[in-house]
Amino acid sequence: MILARVVGTVVATRKDPRLEGKKLLVLKPVSPEGKDESGYVVAVDTVGAGFRETVLAVAGSSARMAEGCKDKPVDTAIVGIVDTVSMDQKR
Amino acid sequence: MYLGRIVGRLWATMKNENLTGQRLLVVQPVTPELEDKGKCIVCTDWTGAGAGEVVYWSRAREASYAFFPEEVVTDATIVGIVDSLHVKRT
Repeated sequence: MILARVVGTVVATRKDPRLEGKKLLVLKPVSPEGKDESGYVVAVDTVGAGFRETVLAVAGSSARMAEGCKDKPVDTAIVGIVDTVSMDQKR
Repeated sequence: MYLGRIVGRLWATMKNENLTGQRLLVVQPVTPELEDKGKCIVCTDWTGAGAGEVVYWSRAREASYAFFPEEVVTDATIVGIVDSLHVKRT
């Protein structure tokens, strides 16, 4: 899974009908220390993540195992809202 | 599968049902010479590995088969702890 920050939303009226009712959020991958990493990802939100929250996103066909994404064209899903990340000191 | 070192841990109360009870560990991928390589990822943990340990993890859909028949939504799972590592680069 990757850590990412919610930086935007996507609204699409013309889309695959199986994606109806799914919230699409734009994510910015971040490092555990919170530093931005490259790229953006659009993910289906299954936990009600809010703006600028750090979330846990799963990618690939495992994303279809997220809640409500079975048999849907989804390859990235938000499966958790991060409370804390604790890193070892000696990094 | 890939080599990695456990460098942290993550807690998330708001998460998918089938992730409850799963340990979420931050893993730094490493080369066979144990040098850091690439970005940190978050793995579910099947082995009960501890902080700082060198592990190997599997990716994508197969990562959730470590918990089979239980369906855990994960695309990276630690499936083994490395005892020793021998690389012969001629």
